[in-house]
Amino acid sequence: MQAKLSVVALSVAAAFALAACGQKEEPKPVAAPAAPISKPEVVVKLGHVAPMTGPQAHLGKDNENGARLAIDELNAQGMEIGGAKVKFELMAEDDQADPKQGSIVAQKLVDAKVNGVIGHLNSGTTIPASKLYSDAGIPQISGSATNPKYTQQGFKTAFRVMANDVQQGKALGEFAVKQGIKTVAVVDDRTAYGQGLADEFKKAAEAAGLKVVANEYTNDKATDFKAILTKIKSTKAELVFFGGMDAQGGPMAKQMKELGIKAKFLGGDGVCTPEFMKLGGEATEGNYCSLPGMPLEKLAKGPEFKDKFNKKFNAEIQLYAPYVYDAVMVMADSMKRADSVDPAKYLPAIGQTNYDGVTAMIQFDEFGDLKGGAISVYQYKGGKLEYVETLGGGAVAAVKEAAAEVKEAATAVAGAASAAGADAVKAGAEAVKGAAEATKAAVEKK
Amino acid sequence: MDIFLQQIINGLVQGSIYALVALGYTMVYGIMGLINFAHGEVVMIGTLVTITVAGLLIKVGMPVALAGLAGLIAAILCCMALGWGLERIAYRPLRNAPRLTPLITAIGMSIVLQNLAMIIWGRNYLTFPPLLPKMDFEFAGANFTLVQVVIVLVSAATMGGLLFLVYRTKLGMAMRATSQNPAVASLMGVNINRVIAAAFVIGSALGAVAGVMVGTYYEIAHYQMGFMLGLKAFTAAVLGGIGNLAGAMLGGVLLGLIEALGAGYIGDLTGGFLGSHYQDIFAFVVLIVVLMFKPSGLFGEKTGDRA
Amino acid sequence: MSKWLNPRSAFGIALIAAALIALPFVAAMGGQAWVRILNFAILYVFLALGLNIVVGFAGLLDLGYIAFYAVGAYTYALLASPHFGLHWPFWTILPIGAVIACFFGVLLGSPTLKLRGDYLAIVTLGFGEIVRIFMNNLNAPVNITNGPQGITLIDPVAIGGFKFSGTTQILGYSLSGPQKYYFLLVALAILVIIINLRLQNSRIGRAWQAIREDEIAAKAVGINTRNLKLLAFAMGASFGGVAGGVFSAMQGFVSPESFSLIESIMILAMVVLGGMGHIPGVILGAVLLSILPEVLRYGVGPLQMAVFGKMLIDPESLRMLIFGLALVLVMRFKPAGLWPSPERKRELQGDA
Repeated sequence: MQAKLSVVALSVAAAFALAACGQKEEPKPVAAPAAPISKPEVVVKLGHVAPMTGPQAHLGKDNENGARLAIDELNAQGMEIGGAKVKFELMAEDDQADPKQGSIVAQKLVDAKVNGVIGHLNSGTTIPASKLYSDAGIPQISGSATNPKYTQQGFKTAFRVMANDVQQGKALGEFAVKQGIKTVAVVDDRTAYGQGLADEFKKAAEAAGLKVVANEYTNDKATDFKAILTKIKSTKAELVFFGGMDAQGGPMAKQMKELGIKAKFLGGDGVCTPEFMKLGGEATEGNYCSLPGMPLEKLAKGPEFKDKFNKKFNAEIQLYAPYVYDAVMVMADSMKRADSVDPAKYLPAIGQTNYDGVTAMIQFDEFGDLKGGAISVYQYKGGKLEYVETLGGGAVAAVKEAAAEVKEAATAVAGAASAAGADAVKAGAEAVKGAAEATKAAVEKK
Repeated sequence: MDIFLQQIINGLVQGSIYALVALGYTMVYGIMGLINFAHGEVVMIGTLVTITVAGLLIKVGMPVALAGLAGLIAAILCCMALGWGLERIAYRPLRNAPRLTPLITAIGMSIVLQNLAMIIWGRNYLTFPPLLPKMDFEFAGANFTLVQVVIVLVSAATMGGLLFLVYRTKLGMAMRATSQNPAVASLMGVNINRVIAAAFVIGSALGAVAGVMVGTYYEIAHYQMGFMLGLKAFTAAVLGGIGNLAGAMLGGVLLGLIEALGAGYIGDLTGGFLGSHYQDIFAFVVLIVVLMFKPSGLFGEKTGDRA
Repeated sequence: MSKWLNPRSAFGIALIAAALIALPFVAAMGGQAWVRILNFAILYVFLALGLNIVVGFAGLLDLGYIAFYAVGAYTYALLASPHFGLHWPFWTILPIGAVIACFFGVLLGSPTLKLRGDYLAIVTLGFGEIVRIFMNNLNAPVNITNGPQGITLIDPVAIGGFKFSGTTQILGYSLSGPQKYYFLLVALAILVIIINLRLQNSRIGRAWQAIREDEIAAKAVGINTRNLKLLAFAMGASFGGVAGGVFSAMQGFVSPESFSLIESIMILAMVVLGGMGHIPGVILGAVLLSILPEVLRYGVGPLQMAVFGKMLIDPESLRMLIFGLALVLVMRFKPAGLWPSPERKRELQGDA
C-alpha cells in the first residue's frame, strides 16, 4: 500500500514538475514598444530549427544568424500586410540533429502557432518534422536540407531554396565525364545523405557512359578503409567518388595515397570543408568536391551580403546562412503578395514565388524544389579550396531564357507572315536564327 | 595475388590493434569476471593525452621522436591512474553486488569519460602529430608503411611481456590464483585488492599503448573513437575465449583478417549481394558460429557460470 | 485475487487511474511537446518490461533487445505506408509484428541456448547489430527496407474513421494527437503490466526464476530449461515488436539509425537501475531514465545562465555527463536498483 501511494505521489509530483518545467518554456509575451503606434501591429512568429548543440552547432548558429539578419532587415523596413504593420519575431529551436528530437521541437512550434518555419538544417530531422508542419498547415522552407525525399512526400507546405542531392549527384556525374574519366569506383557511408548522393551520382555517371567498376561501402564511424580501398585498387578505377562526410573522407584520401592508388577523389558538400583538409593533410591536394549554389563572390548581391553579415555578427559565414536568409525573405515576400500572414492564405503564394534573392533567382517547381539549382565544383589546391566551375543553375536559366526568346521570335515571325511583308519575314527569320544560336551557345556553356 | 597479400597485411595490422585492446579486456575479465565496458574510453583518453602532450612538446621545439616518447609515457601514466581510479571508485564497492550491477556502472563510466573528453578536447576530430617517419615499403606488389610494421611488432612484444608477467612472476602467480578462487587466494596470503588493482592498471597501460598506436596509424582522434574499437576488441576477446591471454591475441588478429578478407572477397563470392556494407557483421557471424560449437570461445576454459 | 478487492488498494488504484488520466492534460499545459516526451517514456516502460522478462525473470543477459523493436517498427512501416502501397489496419499489423518479432526471438534464442552470461551478452549484441545492418542495407538488390533513407509517410493508428493523428473534439474537449496516443500507450502498457504480473506468479515464472538462480539445479528438478529459455526470448521479443509498431505509427518515419546499440544499452540500464525482476522498479527505471535527459535538457542550460551568467559548458555534454554519473552513483549506493524486489534485497543484505 505504501508503495502504491508513493507511486501516486511520484506521478503527481512528476506531473507538476513537468507542468512547471513546461511553463518556463512558454514563449514570453513581447514587450510592447514604448513609442506610440498609430496603426495596429501584427506579430509574425517564424520558427527556426537547427542543431544548436552537438557536432554541427557551428552550422546551426550560422543558419540562425542568417535568419536573424533577414528578420532585422524586414522589421527595419516596416512592412505592412493587410493594413497592419508587421513585426517579425524568431523562435529559434535546437533539434540536435536527432530525428526524435526534431519531432519534439516541431511539435513545440506547432503548439506555439508559428506563422511559418525556416529549417531544419539536416534532412534527417527535416523529413519527419515536415509531416507535423504539413498536418498543421504551416509552410516550411529549408535552406539546407538536400535530401530529395523532403519535397517528394507530397506535402504542400514543404519548400527548399537549395539544390537537392539529385541535382548535386547529377552535376557531379557530368563533371566526372568532362574530366575525361572512363572508370569510377563509388563508396558511400550508408547514411541517408551519403547513400542518396552516391546513388544519384552513379545514375548520372552511368547515363553519361562512365563505367562503375566497384561499389564499396563504409560507415559514418569508420577510420579504416584499407580493405575496401585495396579492392578498389584491384579494379584500377580512375576516380573514387565518396558519398559521405569529411571525418571519413579525409582519412580515406590519406589511405588511398598510402596504398599507392593514383585515382582522383571526388565528393559532395560533405567533404567540401576545411575539416576535410585538416584530416586528409597533403593527400587532399588536387581532390574535387562540390557545394550547392554558387560561391558568394560570384553572386551579384553576394559581397554586399557578406559585408552585412560580418558587420552584424562579427563572424564569417560558415555555409548555409545566405540560403536561410533567402528562405526568410521568400516567406515574407509571399505574405506580402498574399496580403496575409495567415498560413492558409499565403501558402499558395509561396509556390508562385519569383524572388531575386542573394543566392539565386528563386522559383519553385511543383514539388517545392528550387528550379534549376546550381552546383559549384571546387578543387583543393595548396591547402585552399579553389573554385572550378558552376554546373546547372544559371546555365539552365540561360537556356530557358534563350528558349523563350526563340518562341517569341517565332511568334514574331508568325505575326510578320500574316502581315505578308517580305522584309519583315526575313527579319523575323533572322531573329529566330539568332535566338537559336543563343540557345546553342547557352547549352554549350552548360 | 598482390591484392590478396595486401588484404592480409591490412587485416594483420588492424587485428594487432584489436588484439592490444582485447588484452586489456581479458586481463580484467580473467581476474574478476567483469566486462570493463569503459576500456575503449581508456584507449581514447590515451590517444588524446598523447596529442596534447606531444603536440605541445613539438611546438616548443623538441625533436619529434623524443616528444612522441614523452607523449607515450604521459599517456601510459594517465591511463594507469585512470584505471586505478576506475577500479577504486567505481568497481571495488560493487564486488559483492549482483552480476549486472558493475556492467551498468561500466556503461555509466563510459558515458562519463566520453563526455568529459568532449568537454576537455572538444567535439571536433583532432589530428594526431606524425610521430614516426613516413617510410613506405613494397613487397610483391603490396604496400605497407613503417607505422604498420611497428604496430605489429609492438603488439607481439606486449603479448610476450604479458605472458612472462603472468606465468613467470610472483604477481602473475597471485593473479592466476585470484582468478581461480579469490577467497582461497586471500587465505593463502594474496592481497586481493592489490592484485585486482594491478590487473586494472596493467590493462589500462596496454590501452594507452593501443591508443598511441591507433593515433599514429590513422592520424586522427575523436572523443567517440573508443566505443566502436572497444566493442570490436571485446568481440575479439570473446572469440578467442575471454580471460585467456593468447586467446585474446589470436582473436584480435583473426577478427582483423576476417574483416579485411570479408570486405575484399565476400562481395565477389556472393555476386555482389553481401558486399562491404556487411563488413561489420562478418565478425559477429563468425563469432556466433564459433560459439555454437565451442561455447567458451576458441581457447576458453570450460567454466561454470560466475553468477 | 482478494488483494485487489481490498478497499485501501482499490482507493490506491483509483488514485493512480485518476493521475494517469489527468497527466496528459497537465503536461499539455507546458505544450504538446511534453506529452510527446511522456509518450516516449511509456514506450520505454513497455520495452523495459519486455526486456525484464528475458533479463529479470529468466536471467538471460540480452544486449540486442532493440532488434525486436526494430523488427516490429519495420513490420508496421512496410505494411502501412506507400512504400509497398499497403495500408493495413493497425490491429492486424500489431499482432503480425509481434509474431515476426517472436520468430526472431526464437531465431536468436536457439543457437545461443548453450551460452552463459557474458558470452550470451556479446552474441545478442552482435545479433542486434546484424539486424540493424541488414535493415540499413536491404535496399539493393531488391528494395525492401529502403536502406538508410528510411520509410516515411507511415499511416497513423486509426480505428474505423477515428484517427490518432491530428486534433479531434470529444464532448467539447479538444484532444491532440499525442494525447490520443498517450491513452493508447497507457492501455497497452497496462495490458503488458498485467501479463507481466500474471507471468511472474505462474508456473512458468517460477521455472524462469529457478533457471535464473541455478540452471543445473533447475534441470535436475525436471524443468525443461531449453523450451523455457526459448519462451522467455520469444515473449520478450513479442513485446518489443508491439512497441516497435506503435513507435512507427506515432513517429510516421523509421530509419535504421533509431535502432542503434546504445538504445539496447539504455533499455538494459532502465531494467537494472530500477530493480531487475521487480515490475514496479522496472517501470520506475524506465520513466526516470527517459524523462531525466529531457528535464536536464531544459534545466542545465538555464541553470548555468542563472548561476554563471553565461554558458560555460555545452549543455548537451553536461547533460550526458550527469546522466552517466547518475548511473554510476545509483549502482554504487543501490546495487540492486532503486526499487528492488523484497526477496532480492534480503539476499543482498544476507551476502554482506
